[in-house]
Amino acid sequence: MSTNTSENRTINKNEIQHLIAKRTAKELSGPCTVNLGIGIPTLVAEYIHDESIYLHTENGLLGVTDVEEQDIDPNLVNAGKLPVGEAIGASYFNSADSFAMIRGGHIDVAILGVLQVDQTGVIANWAVPGKNIMGVGGAMDLLVGAKKVILAMTHTNKDGSSKIVKECTYPITSTRHVDTIITELAVFEVGNQTLRLVELMPGVTIEEVRAKTEAEFIEQLGVES
Amino acid sequence: MSKVKQDIQDALSCVENGHTVMVGGFGLVGAPLTLIDGLTKKDVKDLTIISNNLGESGKGLGIVLNQNKIKKAIGSYFTSNRDVGEKYQKGEIELQLLPQGTLAESMRAGGAGLGGYYTTTGVGTQLAEGKEEREINGVKYIFEPAIRGDIALIRAHKADILGNLVYYKTARNFNPVMATAARIVIAEVDEIVKPGELSPEEIVTPHLFVDYIVEAQQVLTKTGVTSK
Repeated sequence: MSTNTSENRTINKNEIQHLIAKRTAKELSGPCTVNLGIGIPTLVAEYIHDESIYLHTENGLLGVTDVEEQDIDPNLVNAGKLPVGEAIGASYFNSADSFAMIRGGHIDVAILGVLQVDQTGVIANWAVPGKNIMGVGGAMDLLVGAKKVILAMTHTNKDGSSKIVKECTYPITSTRHVDTIITELAVFEVGNQTLRLVELMPGVTIEEVRAKTEAEFIEQLGVES
Repeated sequence: MSKVKQDIQDALSCVENGHTVMVGGFGLVGAPLTLIDGLTKKDVKDLTIISNNLGESGKGLGIVLNQNKIKKAIGSYFTSNRDVGEKYQKGEIELQLLPQGTLAESMRAGGAGLGGYYTTTGVGTQLAEGKEEREINGVKYIFEPAIRGDIALIRAHKADILGNLVYYKTARNFNPVMATAARIVIAEVDEIVKPGELSPEEIVTPHLFVDYIVEAQQVLTKTGVTSK
Protein backbone atom coordinates (compact mmCIF):
# COMPACT_ATOMS: atom_id res chain seq x y z
CA MET A 1 0.00 0.00 0.00
CA SER A 2 1.23 3.49 -0.71
CA THR A 3 -0.25 6.92 -0.73
CA ASN A 4 0.50 10.19 -2.43
CA THR A 5 0.73 13.18 -0.20
CA SER A 6 0.12 16.61 -1.66
CA GLU A 7 3.88 16.91 -2.08
CA ASN A 8 3.65 13.94 -4.44
CA ARG A 9 5.95 12.02 -2.17
CA THR A 10 5.03 8.36 -2.09
CA ILE A 11 5.48 6.68 1.28
CA ASN A 12 5.15 2.98 1.88
CA LYS A 13 2.95 1.07 4.32
CA ASN A 14 5.66 0.74 6.93
CA GLU A 15 6.40 4.48 6.88
CA ILE A 16 2.68 5.27 7.16
CA GLN A 17 2.35 3.01 10.20
CA HIS A 18 5.34 4.60 11.91
CA LEU A 19 4.10 8.10 11.07
CA ILE A 20 0.80 7.30 12.83
CA ALA A 21 2.52 5.59 15.77
CA LYS A 22 4.94 8.50 16.31
CA ARG A 23 2.12 11.06 16.30
CA THR A 24 0.03 8.90 18.63
CA ALA A 25 2.85 8.71 21.18
CA LYS A 26 2.72 12.52 21.47
CA GLU A 27 -0.77 12.18 22.99
CA LEU A 28 0.66 10.44 26.05
CA SER A 29 2.10 12.13 29.08
CA GLY A 30 3.07 10.34 32.24
CA PRO A 31 2.41 9.25 34.81
CA CYS A 32 -0.19 6.99 33.22
CA THR A 33 -0.94 3.38 32.36
CA VAL A 34 -1.52 2.55 28.72
CA ASN A 35 -2.74 -0.56 26.93
CA LEU A 36 -1.58 -0.96 23.33
CA GLY A 37 -3.64 -3.00 20.87
CA ILE A 38 -2.32 -5.18 18.07
CA GLY A 39 -0.87 -3.68 14.86
CA ILE A 40 -0.05 0.03 14.59
CA PRO A 41 -0.77 0.59 18.33
CA THR A 42 2.06 -1.83 19.21
CA LEU A 43 4.49 0.39 17.27
CA VAL A 44 3.61 3.34 19.52
CA ALA A 45 5.86 1.79 22.20
CA GLU A 46 8.91 2.64 20.07
CA TYR A 47 8.15 6.34 20.44
CA ILE A 48 7.46 6.42 24.18
CA HIS A 49 10.48 7.75 26.08
CA ASP A 50 8.78 8.84 29.30
CA GLU A 51 9.62 6.36 32.06
CA SER A 52 6.43 7.19 33.93
CA ILE A 53 4.28 5.76 31.13
CA TYR A 54 3.57 2.18 32.16
CA LEU A 55 2.44 -0.27 29.50
CA HIS A 56 -0.18 -2.86 30.38
CA THR A 57 -0.81 -5.99 28.37
CA GLU A 58 -4.02 -7.88 29.04
CA ASN A 59 -2.36 -11.30 29.14
CA GLY A 60 -1.02 -10.31 32.53
CA LEU A 61 1.84 -7.81 32.73
CA LEU A 62 2.07 -4.18 33.83
CA GLY A 63 5.50 -2.86 32.85
CA VAL A 64 6.02 -4.02 29.28
CA THR A 65 9.28 -3.02 27.63
CA ASP A 66 11.16 -4.04 24.51
CA VAL A 67 13.54 -6.99 24.48
CA GLU A 68 16.87 -7.70 22.79
CA GLU A 69 16.98 -10.76 20.54
CA GLN A 70 19.32 -12.68 22.89
CA ASP A 71 17.04 -12.04 25.89
CA ILE A 72 13.81 -13.32 24.33
CA ASP A 73 11.86 -15.57 26.69
CA PRO A 74 9.12 -17.68 25.00
CA ASN A 75 6.99 -17.35 28.14
CA LEU A 76 7.09 -13.55 28.14
CA VAL A 77 4.87 -12.11 25.42
CA ASN A 78 2.36 -9.31 24.82
CA ALA A 79 -1.27 -9.67 23.74
CA GLY A 80 -0.12 -9.98 20.12
CA LYS A 81 2.01 -12.97 21.26
CA LEU A 82 5.17 -11.03 20.38
CA PRO A 83 8.18 -11.32 22.71
CA VAL A 84 8.55 -8.42 25.14
CA GLY A 85 10.69 -7.49 28.14
CA GLU A 86 9.98 -6.78 31.78
CA ALA A 87 10.49 -3.15 32.86
CA ILE A 88 11.82 -2.20 36.29
CA GLY A 89 8.83 -2.15 38.63
CA ALA A 90 6.86 -4.61 36.51
CA SER A 91 4.26 -7.00 37.92
CA TYR A 92 2.49 -10.13 36.70
CA PHE A 93 -1.12 -11.05 37.39
CA ASN A 94 -3.76 -13.49 36.16
CA SER A 95 -6.28 -12.80 33.37
CA ALA A 96 -9.20 -12.13 35.72
CA ASP A 97 -7.19 -9.50 37.62
CA SER A 98 -5.92 -8.04 34.36
CA PHE A 99 -9.44 -7.49 33.06
CA ALA A 100 -10.59 -6.21 36.43
CA MET A 101 -7.95 -3.49 35.92
CA ILE A 102 -9.41 -2.78 32.48
CA ARG A 103 -13.14 -2.89 33.25
CA GLY A 104 -12.62 -1.28 36.64
CA GLY A 105 -11.33 1.94 35.07
CA HIS A 106 -7.73 1.59 36.22
CA ILE A 107 -6.20 1.85 32.73
CA ASP A 108 -5.81 5.48 31.67
CA VAL A 109 -5.47 5.07 27.92
CA ALA A 110 -6.18 2.32 25.39
CA ILE A 111 -4.70 2.72 21.92
CA LEU A 112 -6.54 0.59 19.40
CA GLY A 113 -6.76 -0.17 15.72
CA VAL A 114 -10.15 -0.39 13.98
CA LEU A 115 -11.92 -1.61 10.88
CA GLN A 116 -14.33 1.34 11.00
CA VAL A 117 -15.12 4.33 13.18
CA ASP A 118 -18.34 6.28 12.70
CA GLN A 119 -18.90 10.02 12.91
CA THR A 120 -19.97 9.79 16.55
CA GLY A 121 -16.84 7.86 17.53
CA VAL A 122 -18.39 4.38 17.77
CA ILE A 123 -16.02 1.72 16.45
CA ALA A 124 -16.10 -1.69 14.81
CA ASN A 125 -12.92 -3.74 15.17
CA TRP A 126 -13.73 -7.38 15.84
CA ALA A 127 -15.87 -8.90 13.10
CA VAL A 128 -16.53 -8.65 9.38
CA PRO A 129 -20.04 -9.32 8.01
CA GLY A 130 -20.37 -12.50 5.97
CA LYS A 131 -17.38 -14.14 7.61
CA ASN A 132 -17.44 -16.50 10.58
CA ILE A 133 -16.92 -14.59 13.80
CA MET A 134 -13.92 -16.30 15.31
CA GLY A 135 -12.44 -13.89 17.81
CA VAL A 136 -13.09 -10.86 19.97
CA GLY A 137 -10.21 -10.96 22.47
CA GLY A 138 -10.06 -8.01 24.85
CA ALA A 139 -11.42 -5.32 22.53
CA MET A 140 -14.87 -5.02 24.12
CA ASP A 141 -13.42 -4.88 27.63
CA LEU A 142 -10.97 -2.11 26.71
CA LEU A 143 -13.73 -0.03 25.13
CA VAL A 144 -15.94 -0.08 28.21
CA GLY A 145 -13.13 0.29 30.71
CA ALA A 146 -10.30 2.53 29.55
CA LYS A 147 -10.60 6.15 30.67
CA LYS A 148 -9.48 7.39 27.26
CA VAL A 149 -9.50 5.58 23.92
CA ILE A 150 -7.25 6.70 21.08
CA LEU A 151 -7.46 5.14 17.63
CA ALA A 152 -4.20 4.73 15.73
CA MET A 153 -5.35 3.75 12.26
CA THR A 154 -4.86 4.17 8.53
CA HIS A 155 -7.34 6.64 7.11
CA THR A 156 -8.52 4.41 4.28
CA ASN A 157 -8.79 0.75 3.31
CA LYS A 158 -6.61 -0.84 0.64
CA ASP A 159 -9.27 0.01 -1.97
CA GLY A 160 -9.14 3.67 -0.96
CA SER A 161 -12.51 3.69 0.81
CA SER A 162 -12.76 5.66 4.04
CA LYS A 163 -12.49 3.89 7.39
CA ILE A 164 -14.02 6.97 9.03
CA VAL A 165 -17.63 6.45 8.04
CA LYS A 166 -21.08 7.94 8.58
CA GLU A 167 -22.31 4.73 10.20
CA CYS A 168 -20.52 1.45 10.92
CA THR A 169 -21.58 -1.35 8.59
CA TYR A 170 -19.51 -3.86 10.55
CA PRO A 171 -20.66 -5.14 13.98
CA ILE A 172 -19.82 -2.54 16.63
CA THR A 173 -17.41 -3.30 19.48
CA SER A 174 -19.15 -1.12 22.06
CA THR A 175 -21.63 1.72 22.30
CA ARG A 176 -18.83 3.84 23.79
CA HIS A 177 -17.51 6.80 21.77
CA VAL A 178 -13.73 7.02 21.40
CA ASP A 179 -11.84 10.20 22.28
CA THR A 180 -9.21 10.75 19.59
CA ILE A 181 -8.56 9.47 16.06
CA ILE A 182 -5.07 9.62 14.56
CA THR A 183 -4.39 8.69 10.94
CA GLU A 184 -1.61 9.37 8.44
CA LEU A 185 -3.64 12.35 7.23
CA ALA A 186 -5.13 14.00 10.28
CA VAL A 187 -6.01 14.10 13.94
CA PHE A 188 -9.67 14.25 15.03
CA GLU A 189 -10.99 14.86 18.51
CA VAL A 190 -14.39 13.42 19.41
CA GLY A 191 -16.74 15.29 21.72
CA ASN A 192 -20.52 15.36 22.02
CA GLN A 193 -20.59 12.58 19.43
CA THR A 194 -19.08 14.91 16.84
CA LEU A 195 -15.75 14.65 15.03
CA ARG A 196 -13.58 17.75 15.06
CA LEU A 197 -10.61 17.93 12.70
CA VAL A 198 -7.92 19.53 14.85
CA GLU A 199 -4.70 18.82 13.00
CA LEU A 200 -3.39 17.97 9.54
CA MET A 201 -0.34 15.76 9.26
CA PRO A 202 2.66 17.43 7.56
CA GLY A 203 2.11 18.03 3.84
CA VAL A 204 -1.57 17.05 3.94
CA THR A 205 -4.25 19.45 2.68
CA ILE A 206 -7.75 19.82 4.03
CA GLU A 207 -9.07 18.98 0.56
CA GLU A 208 -7.37 15.59 0.74
CA VAL A 209 -8.87 14.89 4.16
CA ARG A 210 -12.32 15.91 2.91
CA ALA A 211 -11.95 13.68 -0.15
CA LYS A 212 -10.90 10.64 1.87
CA THR A 213 -13.32 10.99 4.81
CA GLU A 214 -16.88 9.70 4.47
CA ALA A 215 -17.94 10.93 7.91
CA GLU A 216 -19.16 14.45 8.63
CA PHE A 217 -16.72 16.50 10.67
CA ILE A 218 -16.19 20.04 11.92
CA GLU A 219 -12.99 21.86 10.98
CA GLN A 220 -11.25 23.33 14.01
CA LEU A 221 -7.70 23.63 12.72
CA GLY A 222 -5.48 25.89 14.75
CA VAL A 223 -8.04 26.11 17.54
CA GLU A 224 -6.83 24.98 20.93
CA SER A 225 -9.04 22.12 21.97
CA MET B 1 -2.04 -40.16 49.06
CA SER B 2 0.41 -38.23 46.96
CA LYS B 3 -0.90 -35.72 44.46
CA VAL B 4 2.15 -36.31 42.26
CA LYS B 5 1.45 -38.54 39.26
CA GLN B 6 4.37 -39.99 37.31
CA ASP B 7 2.22 -41.25 34.46
CA ILE B 8 0.33 -38.71 32.34
CA GLN B 9 -2.46 -41.13 31.36
CA ASP B 10 -2.90 -42.05 35.00
CA ALA B 11 -3.33 -38.35 35.81
CA LEU B 12 -5.82 -37.98 32.94
CA SER B 13 -7.83 -41.08 33.90
CA CYS B 14 -10.50 -38.78 35.43
CA VAL B 15 -11.27 -37.22 32.01
CA GLU B 16 -14.40 -38.82 30.54
CA ASN B 17 -16.46 -38.50 27.38
CA GLY B 18 -18.62 -35.37 27.43
CA HIS B 19 -16.62 -33.65 30.15
CA THR B 20 -16.09 -29.90 30.28
CA VAL B 21 -12.34 -29.35 30.41
CA MET B 22 -10.68 -26.01 31.13
CA VAL B 23 -7.26 -25.66 29.56
CA GLY B 24 -4.92 -22.84 30.57
CA GLY B 25 -2.80 -20.73 28.26
CA PHE B 26 -2.77 -17.68 26.06
CA GLY B 27 -2.01 -19.37 22.77
CA LEU B 28 0.77 -21.82 23.60
CA VAL B 29 2.17 -19.60 26.37
CA GLY B 30 1.16 -21.09 29.70
CA ALA B 31 -0.64 -24.01 28.07
CA PRO B 32 -0.19 -27.42 29.78
CA LEU B 33 1.49 -28.93 26.71
CA THR B 34 2.26 -32.32 28.28
CA LEU B 35 -1.32 -32.83 29.49
CA ILE B 36 -2.64 -31.69 26.09
CA ASP B 37 -0.30 -34.21 24.44
CA GLY B 38 -1.80 -36.76 26.85
CA LEU B 39 -5.30 -35.86 25.62
CA THR B 40 -4.19 -36.51 22.03
CA LYS B 41 -3.25 -40.08 23.08
CA LYS B 42 -6.41 -40.70 25.12
CA ASP B 43 -9.56 -42.28 23.72
CA VAL B 44 -12.06 -39.58 24.62
CA LYS B 45 -14.75 -37.62 22.74
CA ASP B 46 -17.48 -34.98 22.94
CA LEU B 47 -15.37 -32.70 25.12
CA THR B 48 -16.34 -29.12 25.82
CA ILE B 49 -13.08 -27.20 25.97
CA ILE B 50 -12.87 -23.86 27.78
CA SER B 51 -9.71 -22.08 26.72
CA ASN B 52 -8.85 -18.63 25.37
CA ASN B 53 -7.83 -20.17 22.02
CA LEU B 54 -7.77 -23.67 20.55
CA GLY B 55 -3.99 -23.66 20.22
CA GLU B 56 -2.58 -23.08 16.77
CA SER B 57 -3.07 -25.15 13.63
CA GLY B 58 -1.61 -28.59 14.42
CA LYS B 59 -0.19 -27.43 17.76
CA GLY B 60 -1.40 -27.78 21.34
CA LEU B 61 -5.21 -28.03 21.46
CA GLY B 62 -5.16 -27.73 17.66
CA ILE B 63 -4.18 -31.43 17.55
CA VAL B 64 -7.06 -32.44 19.85
CA LEU B 65 -9.38 -30.41 17.60
CA ASN B 66 -8.17 -32.20 14.48
CA GLN B 67 -8.80 -35.55 16.19
CA ASN B 68 -12.50 -34.58 16.44
CA LYS B 69 -12.53 -34.95 20.20
CA ILE B 70 -14.00 -31.49 20.81
CA LYS B 71 -17.77 -31.00 20.55
CA LYS B 72 -17.85 -27.45 21.78
CA ALA B 73 -15.32 -24.72 22.52
CA ILE B 74 -15.76 -21.70 24.76
CA GLY B 75 -13.11 -19.02 24.29
CA SER B 76 -12.34 -15.47 23.21
CA TYR B 77 -10.03 -15.75 20.22
CA PHE B 78 -10.20 -18.74 17.88
CA THR B 79 -8.78 -16.69 15.01
CA SER B 80 -5.26 -17.91 15.82
CA ASN B 81 -6.11 -21.41 14.55
CA ARG B 82 -7.53 -21.47 11.01
CA ASP B 83 -8.70 -25.08 11.46
CA VAL B 84 -11.38 -23.90 13.93
CA GLY B 85 -13.09 -21.88 11.18
CA GLU B 86 -13.06 -24.84 8.81
CA LYS B 87 -14.55 -27.20 11.40
CA TYR B 88 -17.18 -24.62 12.32
CA GLN B 89 -18.08 -24.14 8.65
CA LYS B 90 -18.64 -27.90 8.32
CA GLY B 91 -20.81 -27.92 11.46
CA GLU B 92 -18.33 -30.17 13.28
CA ILE B 93 -17.87 -27.91 16.28
CA GLU B 94 -20.03 -25.58 18.35
CA LEU B 95 -18.39 -22.31 19.39
CA GLN B 96 -19.24 -19.91 22.18
CA LEU B 97 -17.37 -16.64 21.89
CA LEU B 98 -16.93 -14.47 24.99
CA PRO B 99 -14.98 -11.25 25.46
CA GLN B 100 -11.66 -12.18 27.05
CA GLY B 101 -12.43 -10.41 30.32
CA THR B 102 -15.84 -12.07 30.48
CA LEU B 103 -14.27 -15.48 29.91
CA ALA B 104 -11.87 -14.90 32.80
CA GLU B 105 -14.44 -13.35 35.14
CA SER B 106 -17.04 -16.07 34.48
CA MET B 107 -14.53 -18.66 35.67
CA ARG B 108 -13.53 -16.48 38.61
CA ALA B 109 -17.21 -16.26 39.58
CA GLY B 110 -17.60 -20.02 39.13
CA GLY B 111 -14.63 -20.66 41.38
CA ALA B 112 -15.88 -18.19 43.98
CA GLY B 113 -19.30 -19.81 44.33
CA LEU B 114 -21.27 -17.13 42.49
CA GLY B 115 -24.07 -17.81 40.04
CA GLY B 116 -23.02 -15.03 37.71
CA TYR B 117 -22.51 -11.29 37.54
CA TYR B 118 -23.42 -8.15 35.60
CA THR B 119 -20.86 -6.56 33.28
CA THR B 120 -20.76 -3.56 30.95
CA THR B 121 -18.57 -5.44 28.49
CA GLY B 122 -20.46 -6.31 25.32
CA VAL B 123 -23.55 -4.16 26.03
CA GLY B 124 -25.18 -3.12 22.75
CA THR B 125 -23.15 -5.55 20.63
CA GLN B 126 -23.92 -8.83 18.87
CA LEU B 127 -22.40 -10.73 21.79
CA ALA B 128 -25.12 -9.34 24.09
CA GLU B 129 -27.94 -10.86 22.04
CA GLY B 130 -30.21 -13.01 24.18
CA LYS B 131 -28.55 -11.90 27.41
CA GLU B 132 -30.48 -10.23 30.23
CA GLU B 133 -29.87 -6.48 30.35
CA ARG B 134 -30.20 -4.51 33.56
CA GLU B 135 -29.64 -0.89 34.49
CA ILE B 136 -27.76 -0.26 37.74
CA ASN B 137 -27.21 3.34 38.87
CA GLY B 138 -27.96 4.55 35.37
CA VAL B 139 -25.47 2.23 33.64
CA LYS B 140 -26.46 -0.68 31.39
CA TYR B 141 -25.07 -4.10 32.21
CA ILE B 142 -25.61 -7.60 30.84
CA PHE B 143 -25.81 -10.74 32.92
CA GLU B 144 -23.12 -13.37 32.46
CA PRO B 145 -23.51 -16.74 34.15
CA ALA B 146 -20.59 -18.27 36.02
CA ILE B 147 -18.64 -21.05 34.34
CA ARG B 148 -17.35 -24.21 36.00
CA GLY B 149 -15.61 -27.26 34.60
CA ASP B 150 -15.33 -30.94 35.38
CA ILE B 151 -11.58 -30.83 34.90
CA ALA B 152 -8.97 -28.05 34.69
CA LEU B 153 -5.63 -28.73 33.03
CA ILE B 154 -3.33 -25.94 34.09
CA ARG B 155 0.33 -24.94 33.78
CA ALA B 156 2.41 -23.53 36.61
CA HIS B 157 6.13 -23.10 37.15
CA LYS B 158 6.72 -24.91 40.42
CA ALA B 159 4.62 -26.99 42.78
CA ASP B 160 5.41 -28.36 46.18
CA ILE B 161 4.09 -31.86 46.80
CA LEU B 162 1.11 -30.42 48.68
CA GLY B 163 0.02 -28.70 45.46
CA ASN B 164 0.92 -25.08 46.22
CA LEU B 165 1.74 -23.36 42.92
CA VAL B 166 3.86 -20.49 41.69
CA TYR B 167 3.82 -19.25 38.11
CA TYR B 168 6.28 -17.90 35.55
CA LYS B 169 5.96 -14.52 33.81
CA THR B 170 3.08 -14.27 31.28
CA ALA B 171 2.60 -18.06 31.38
CA ARG B 172 0.34 -17.36 34.36
CA ASN B 173 -2.64 -15.89 32.42
CA PHE B 174 -5.84 -17.99 32.87
CA ASN B 175 -4.23 -20.76 34.93
CA PRO B 176 -4.82 -19.49 38.50
CA VAL B 177 -8.48 -18.71 37.84
CA MET B 178 -9.08 -22.10 36.19
CA ALA B 179 -7.52 -23.74 39.24
CA THR B 180 -10.44 -22.44 41.28
CA ALA B 181 -13.27 -23.35 38.91
CA ALA B 182 -13.14 -27.08 38.21
CA ARG B 183 -14.03 -30.19 40.18
CA ILE B 184 -10.65 -31.82 39.49
CA VAL B 185 -7.52 -29.74 38.87
CA ILE B 186 -4.37 -31.18 37.32
CA ALA B 187 -1.30 -28.94 37.37
CA GLU B 188 1.65 -29.43 35.05
CA VAL B 189 4.86 -27.86 36.37
CA ASP B 190 8.55 -27.51 35.55
CA GLU B 191 9.68 -28.55 39.00
CA ILE B 192 8.22 -30.30 42.04
CA VAL B 193 9.74 -29.34 45.38
CA LYS B 194 9.33 -30.21 49.06
CA PRO B 195 6.85 -28.32 51.25
CA GLY B 196 8.55 -25.29 52.73
CA GLU B 197 10.70 -24.61 49.69
CA LEU B 198 8.17 -22.17 48.26
CA SER B 199 7.76 -18.97 50.21
CA PRO B 200 4.19 -18.67 51.56
CA GLU B 201 4.28 -15.08 50.26
CA GLU B 202 4.96 -16.13 46.66
CA ILE B 203 2.35 -18.91 46.40
CA VAL B 204 -0.38 -17.81 43.99
CA THR B 205 -2.53 -20.95 44.03
CA PRO B 206 -2.88 -22.52 47.49
CA HIS B 207 -2.83 -26.33 47.55
CA LEU B 208 -6.51 -26.82 48.36
CA PHE B 209 -7.31 -26.02 44.72
CA VAL B 210 -4.98 -28.66 43.25
CA ASP B 211 -5.74 -32.39 42.99
CA TYR B 212 -2.88 -33.79 40.89
CA ILE B 213 0.58 -32.64 39.85
CA VAL B 214 2.61 -33.83 36.89
CA GLU B 215 6.05 -32.80 35.67
CA ALA B 216 6.23 -31.14 32.25
CA GLN B 217 7.74 -33.23 29.47
CA GLN B 218 6.74 -30.94 26.62
CA VAL B 219 7.82 -27.33 26.97
CA LEU B 220 7.67 -24.13 24.97
CA THR B 221 11.09 -22.91 23.81
CA LYS B 222 12.26 -20.25 21.38
CA THR B 223 12.02 -22.82 18.60
CA GLY B 224 8.52 -24.02 19.54
CA VAL B 225 7.16 -27.01 21.44
CA THR B 226 9.95 -29.45 22.32
CA SER B 227 10.37 -32.53 24.50
CA LYS B 228 12.27 -31.91 27.70
